[in-house]
Amino acid sequence: MRRKLLLEKAHVPGIRTYEVYRKEGGYRSVEKALKSMSPDEVVEEVKKSGLRGRGGAGFPTGMKWSFLAKPEGVPRYLVCNADESEPGTFKDRYLMEFIPHLLIEGMITSSYALGANTSYIYIRGEYAWITDILEQAIEEAKHNGWLGNNILGTGYSLDLYVQRGAGAYICGEETALLESLEGKRGNPRIKPPFPAVKGLWDCPTVVNNVETIAAVVPIVNDGGEEYAKIGVGRSTGTKLISACGNINKPGVYEIDMTISVEEFIYSDEYCGGIPNGKRLKACIPGGSSVPILPANLLLKTAKGETRIMNYESLSDGGFATGSMMGSGGFIVLDEDQCVVKHTYTLARFYRHESCGQCSPCREGTGWMEKILLRLDRGQGKMEDIDLLWDIQRKIEGNTICPLGDAAAWPVAAAIRHFRDEFEWHVLHPEEAQKRNYGLAHYADPIHVPVA
Amino acid sequence: MSENLVKVTIDNITVEVPMGTTILQAARKVGGEVAPPAMCYYSKLEGSGGKCRTCLVEVSKGSEKDPRPMPKLVASCRTTVMDGMEVKNITSEKVLDARKGVVEFLLINHPLDCPICDQAGECHLQDLSYEHGAEGTRYEFQRRTFKKHDLGEYIQLHMTRCILCYRCVYTADQLTKTREHGVLDRGDHAEIATFIEKNLKNDFIGNVIDVCPVGALTDKTFRFKNRVWFTKPVNAHRDCDTCCGEVQLWMRGDEVFRVTARKDEWGEVKDSSKGGTGWICNTCRFDKKQASDWVVEGPAEVNRHSVISQGHYEKLVVPQETFEAVMDGRSPKLLMDIHSVSEVNKPEKSLSLLDRPAHSTDFE
Repeated sequence: MRRKLLLEKAHVPGIRTYEVYRKEGGYRSVEKALKSMSPDEVVEEVKKSGLRGRGGAGFPTGMKWSFLAKPEGVPRYLVCNADESEPGTFKDRYLMEFIPHLLIEGMITSSYALGANTSYIYIRGEYAWITDILEQAIEEAKHNGWLGNNILGTGYSLDLYVQRGAGAYICGEETALLESLEGKRGNPRIKPPFPAVKGLWDCPTVVNNVETIAAVVPIVNDGGEEYAKIGVGRSTGTKLISACGNINKPGVYEIDMTISVEEFIYSDEYCGGIPNGKRLKACIPGGSSVPILPANLLLKTAKGETRIMNYESLSDGGFATGSMMGSGGFIVLDEDQCVVKHTYTLARFYRHESCGQCSPCREGTGWMEKILLRLDRGQGKMEDIDLLWDIQRKIEGNTICPLGDAAAWPVAAAIRHFRDEFEWHVLHPEEAQKRNYGLAHYADPIHVPVA
Repeated sequence: MSENLVKVTIDNITVEVPMGTTILQAARKVGGEVAPPAMCYYSKLEGSGGKCRTCLVEVSKGSEKDPRPMPKLVASCRTTVMDGMEVKNITSEKVLDARKGVVEFLLINHPLDCPICDQAGECHLQDLSYEHGAEGTRYEFQRRTFKKHDLGEYIQLHMTRCILCYRCVYTADQLTKTREHGVLDRGDHAEIATFIEKNLKNDFIGNVIDVCPVGALTDKTFRFKNRVWFTKPVNAHRDCDTCCGEVQLWMRGDEVFRVTARKDEWGEVKDSSKGGTGWICNTCRFDKKQASDWVVEGPAEVNRHSVISQGHYEKLVVPQETFEAVMDGRSPKLLMDIHSVSEVNKPEKSLSLLDRPAHSTDFE
């Protein structure tokens, strides 16, 4: 077993309650930060840790924090993005459901570092029961003097609120989240200005993912340098991966970003291989919006190096032969899965979740969905594949927020790597309704897993 | 150069504009083809823009201090200029390609019912697709339809034509006391509507008709009465307690068919002579349809490119030509300049000024 930082105590009975959490060493980071460190020192530790945003983009958290504008007399806000709606991603849910106090501890420490006296947790509307868990945890923390006025007698005050969304994927985009938090329609704002300058109620705001904020706890406890020792290169610390799809043991795993993709899929410690003796066809390594990879490119990079579960290695080769770490939603597809149908499912999701504000995304996502449905049903034409490619190209990069890119990338990657399967659907429409295309050469050279 | 002016080069033409100006406004200062088309941006409405993506431009040099180009195309209506910025609009392949894509996206669900649409002839989407669109469509599916909403006695809503520019939402927010309509739902089924069927009759709500770039919101009192190119716009005014009272009457003979605010060359409502933007009230727009209600000033200016200039019309505005400057001093070679070659009529005679049919004596 490798070292765990976030989920180490997740299975201690009763860890959801304050008493057990405190007994297991909880809230140490708050004591340490508030009593012995200045806010800037906390930011410095986070910078040293090399922690990168766990929400998907992987932007260095310390740097994001140091960009926060600090004008005199204007309140600053910390907002925790718990609107985890990416298909395939469910790590934050696990964290909040089982160790809610870890998030609250991280929120207090981070708010102190940023000088925020009011902080929010914006939670996905569908996570209704987690809202209750968090609110109860906040109550307990307040009761024990970790929230409210003059925390630990240091003069620092913090109010923490949980706000439920109304069930929109788009509200996971930080500016749409802020709009929604302000009580408006969840449309992304046009950047610049960035939230660090003009965010919630036009005040400087930092928006961080649940896991990022939770990771601040071990960073403050052990020191940023200690945290940076885990992992490799610029991928420091541990990362929660939510694995699902055709694997024996779906679930949330904490990895230290040094293990290979192959080990992650096949070892018993993690996913435990693919059920029913099936072979690996493809995988989406970081949540539905990152490019899909066929098995041969997943296990090894185009240069023939072993692919490691970290930011750099997964994106090795760019979008041509690589993918992204994303939010850590690891979706595995075995040889029985149809890539066309799968791509259609994703396109349908993005059409449904587009906010409808800017034209390429509003119109393009629906168009792609219709074409993919036609292809999947065996009514497609050869030109449709090129048309799809052209549509995704015209959406990508031309929209206000990254949802347009997120809708375009899976389609682009599916066509890039699995074009023959799309063509097979066109050429053999009847057969395509009865059986799957199978593995073709995607797993070549056929590889015997080590574990 | 004063301190607050910055230099920006757009398509090889350099202009000086005040700090904080958007690229689009700077480009409009140059004029002509260099100004990117804008479907959602409206300079008179705060917060508008950034949504339609037709005004995307390429920034090939960020500024004098930081010359790095911007990685993505940017919405020129919401990006402010920096000193020494270099922008490519019609000289960039990338921009033209992206714009063509946006036009296609805007049109795939548009009903293209121009022949029965009251906006035809002054529709920005029509102009946009003529200038930047393709001849045919690649969309082979059923177009989107909506449940009909009745917005009351004044305003006709055709949701199928809407491009969701949000201009009418900003107008209601900024001009009227209460906004009763808005965008419901999301994605490709988002629609402009009132949540519960409601009559829109705020004092200034009629202005949503003027800001609507397409035929989604049209004047019910003018509905199917006439085509805009058969009517003649004249400037007129009256004493009005609520608004500036400066309008354009769309007349045919002595009959007033329609009343709108006065618009500038970008299709936006002009500033009134009394200061402020010349929005007009519902009374002026919907209830004063007699020529005797108004003091007629004379023909309004009409852009030569507009179909309204067809037939006889005086006071045409000739758009600015920028080709030579954009192409580094090389001017496009005309195969034949029809005006200098044909000499069909006496050049000193403007046919549109004749108050009788043209006669053989008017020609050589």
